[in-house]
Amino acid sequence: MNLYVCIKQVPDTETKIKVNGDGSGIDAAGIKWIMSPYDEFAVEEALRVKEKNAGSTVTVITAGPDRTVEALRTALAMGADNAIHVELPETADSAFAAKALAGALKKEAKVDIVYFGKEAIDDGAAQVPQLVATYIGVPSVGTVVGIEYNGTTLKCKREIEGGAFEMVEVSQPVVVSGSKGLNEPRYATLPNIMKAKKKEVKKMSLADVGASPSDQKIKMKGLQLPPPKQAGKKIEGDAAAQAKALVTALHNEAKVI
Amino acid sequence: MAKVLVFVEQRDGKLKKASFELLGASAKAGNETHAVIIGDGVAGLANECASYGASKVHVAQDGALKNYTNEAYARALVAAIKTVSPEIVLASHTPMGRDLLPSVAAQVDGALATDCTSLAFSGASLTLKRPVYSGKAMADVEYMGSGIKMATVRPNSIGVPKPEAGKTADATNLTVDLGGLKTKILEVVKGNSARPDVTEAGVVVSGGRSLKSADNFKIIEELADTLGAAVGASRAAVDAGYRPHRDQVGQTGKVVSPSLYIACGISGAIQHLAGMRTSKCIVAINTDPQAPIFQVADYGVVGDLFQVVPALTAECKKLKE
Repeated sequence: MNLYVCIKQVPDTETKIKVNGDGSGIDAAGIKWIMSPYDEFAVEEALRVKEKNAGSTVTVITAGPDRTVEALRTALAMGADNAIHVELPETADSAFAAKALAGALKKEAKVDIVYFGKEAIDDGAAQVPQLVATYIGVPSVGTVVGIEYNGTTLKCKREIEGGAFEMVEVSQPVVVSGSKGLNEPRYATLPNIMKAKKKEVKKMSLADVGASPSDQKIKMKGLQLPPPKQAGKKIEGDAAAQAKALVTALHNEAKVI
Repeated sequence: MAKVLVFVEQRDGKLKKASFELLGASAKAGNETHAVIIGDGVAGLANECASYGASKVHVAQDGALKNYTNEAYARALVAAIKTVSPEIVLASHTPMGRDLLPSVAAQVDGALATDCTSLAFSGASLTLKRPVYSGKAMADVEYMGSGIKMATVRPNSIGVPKPEAGKTADATNLTVDLGGLKTKILEVVKGNSARPDVTEAGVVVSGGRSLKSADNFKIIEELADTLGAAVGASRAAVDAGYRPHRDQVGQTGKVVSPSLYIACGISGAIQHLAGMRTSKCIVAINTDPQAPIFQVADYGVVGDLFQVVPALTAECKKLKE
């Protein structure tokens, strides 16, 4: 099987965000970059399918500035066979990134399944999997927490609201975006991390994949940190007194209950 | 003034409150507000859309649209867009809306901004704000190019308007080509909870690792049920197996903005704060007065949650009587 995983590099979840000078983005100084956590489920899923299907390959693709190659190395260290880096400007939006990824996928001889994480934790747009699916002309199933494979058919367990699930049957080629619960991602071993450093990463330019800045649809500007909150009211007394005072305040003052 | 098409979401013949927020906001701004309902046997819901401000309702009904699939619903929404030719298309940032809109945007070459938390109409365009880095920062959205302007809006961001009783919708049926679909719903497995979803609820009661066991979440559930609230959890509580991941609030879970968020035994790691800091009123209950959660709390209760939470449930019950 020809398995693909599209991943994104994002700031570590511990990062304290600082806005850059003109509010067009964040101050990247001192940021530790990681593979977006949901993408780990996508890489793991592809690797497990490969391990059960002899002769399969897993190719990871990312679109972004040069630093994002590190995220590809992480995926290679987990066990991916090939890696493609599409050079994309830092400020690209979902549509531009999706055009770049779709362009790279279209250059491949045969695509059976493309895995994504359900969203990247930086812009949290949750658009790229469905955009790529549409651009390459295949169906998509999102927020998947379980997959049964049966020949070229997939039975996906899609998480929706209120603890409910949709069981979706779809045939390859297909785009699937995974969420927590899909599997337990493996840790890369030290020897594999060393080996991944030497693996080739194929570089592609925007021209190679047929994408251009005119594919961009939206722009973020005026980035601001949320206004600092004023110190709240401390509610004193024993538990019973605190409960009474709190309910009174929530009812009469905040008017939320 | 703009021509606006709102995707009004239904499940099992029940319309979502979040959709009414969008209809209300659009109608209030004086826009020509169209609604589209997609499903099977859903024409009866058109009047409800009218009561929240839709001047025209487009209905796509078919057995193949009974349950949501990205593929079939995208075809129906694209058909509605071709019929209405709107300048603006809106949907809620729900599991359905957030999955559907990107596919539709790609098909109609529209410009989509997702998970917006504030929206204002300005002529034929929109002024939007959306959280980035899971709410660690906020950004303004600028649309580029001349495509249809599309947005998904986080539930509870606007507020549900008062419906106008006795309205009759101007409704028409849409024709949608549903041949050759490649995705099929085998089954919808219902959740076993009568509580609202954590992303849609007006009130969320969350518990952290201090609850010490899944069983102890009973006291959180009792408070939640008294308030008609959803139950949330910190990542630590989820990782410890006390709650399922779908209840997790934070950067790698759900991002919520209810009118009231009650954090019980949650210290307030940066990833958790990112997921709930846009809540309108925040209550923190924690034994540690230095816990970071108190820095974002409107009301801080330093105390043992095992005593405070049941006392709170009792007080809330009294209030309801």
